[in-house]
Amino acid sequence: MFDNLPPDIWTPVRLTIELATITTLAVLVVATPLAWWLARSNAWYKETISTIVALPMVLPPTVLGFYLLVMLGPSGPGGAIANLWGARTLAFTFTGLVIASIFASMPFVVQPIRNAFVAVGERPMEVAATLRVSPWRAFWTVALPLASPGLLTGAVLGFAHTVGEFGVILMIGGNIPGKTRVMSTAIFDYVETMQWREANILAGGMVAFAFVVILSMTMLEKHFAGTRA
Amino acid sequence: MNFIKQFAVAISALTVAFVTPVAAGTTHVAVAANFTEPSKEIAALFKARTGHEAVLIFGASGAFYTQITHEAPFEVFLSADSERPRLAVDNGYAVPDSLFTYAIGKLALWSRVVDVTKGEEALKTGAFSKLAIANPNSAPYGTAAIETLKALNLYDSFQSKIVQGSSIAQAFQFVDTKNAEVGFVALSQIINTTDGTRWLVPEKLYTPIRQDAVLLKRGANDAASKAFVEFLKGPEARAVIQKFGYGHD
Repeated sequence: MFDNLPPDIWTPVRLTIELATITTLAVLVVATPLAWWLARSNAWYKETISTIVALPMVLPPTVLGFYLLVMLGPSGPGGAIANLWGARTLAFTFTGLVIASIFASMPFVVQPIRNAFVAVGERPMEVAATLRVSPWRAFWTVALPLASPGLLTGAVLGFAHTVGEFGVILMIGGNIPGKTRVMSTAIFDYVETMQWREANILAGGMVAFAFVVILSMTMLEKHFAGTRA
Repeated sequence: MNFIKQFAVAISALTVAFVTPVAAGTTHVAVAANFTEPSKEIAALFKARTGHEAVLIFGASGAFYTQITHEAPFEVFLSADSERPRLAVDNGYAVPDSLFTYAIGKLALWSRVVDVTKGEEALKTGAFSKLAIANPNSAPYGTAAIETLKALNLYDSFQSKIVQGSSIAQAFQFVDTKNAEVGFVALSQIINTTDGTRWLVPEKLYTPIRQDAVLLKRGANDAASKAFVEFLKGPEARAVIQKFGYGHD
């Protein structure tokens, strides 16, 4: 089954794992403080921000892809950033894919973390304060460990969503081998060019991956529910 | 009984009234992305002349072929190449004697950032970071672009500059949004715009893009579908095809 495969068939797999890993780490860094703020703030515009973050969950990838193509390009902020190192656009770059994936997977990461922080409640932080622990330290040593199941769920969902991202990447990637040709777009190419065996291998891998993700999520949730009870 | 009789008469009268003009049918045409604009005009003319409705579905020829082999609800296939319609015939998805070349595609270099009117020189100076083409594996305009670059001995040095759109429509989009400074597009896509600069790629640099049409098995006995294929060969359709910068036999 694995004989005579094109030598470049594994490049998209490696690239996809890299993209999903970097995106997940970046999203966690942005999503955690955001989720903390959403969980505890009383600002009147809180839910407006929350809604904006959630938009990519509902919008079709074509909408996201189209706006990102314009935003990352020479007429948008992406072009300005690319100018810093002499490039014109962030489209067609790995960096561009990371930025796009951060937007696309943000809601899947923010939501579980926010829920976890809400579940932790004010009480542990108040207790920490009475013990003269600084809020900053209390966040790291009390709130964050208590919310770790939410962080883990968010990370897994963010990773899985990035692995499964297709439409956005198709629209801004430019299909460059080793740079922007990820698994989902490689499968699309193989199907279009009637290389169904290659498509099958990658697509089968995706199915197995999705199965493992969902199963392990369920097991994790059970495990955490068990430890709490 | 009398009532039932009257009712039956009324129903049959209604049926006649509604069904008779409905000799006009509907055909579903899978259209290669580069032929989007002309096909819209042709479909409008077709409707005006015959009353038949042509529902147009746009996409990459490669994707269409895969869909056709999986029972896609298309009756006519306007490909961007000649290979896929022939495959459709060989593999029993299309009516053999319906195959014909409806247009010969022209490749153009287009830019909204740099001056490409002297195409060969502009390419050779290489004063751009990204060159958009359609995916050469699935879109004939992409193949023609690669052939052109090879003919100009530029392909190897341009590897890192090439970005691929999944169809020629996307290659156009990349150049239109200026994400790529230059790109190989179909002449038909830019014939109605004065935006940017262009260079009509000399035809000796690439294999002619013969765009073939074929009547699919699903449409073999369908009046509207057969009529559409005939209409596409007629003078009115030809005039539109020429207007958009295509050649024909």
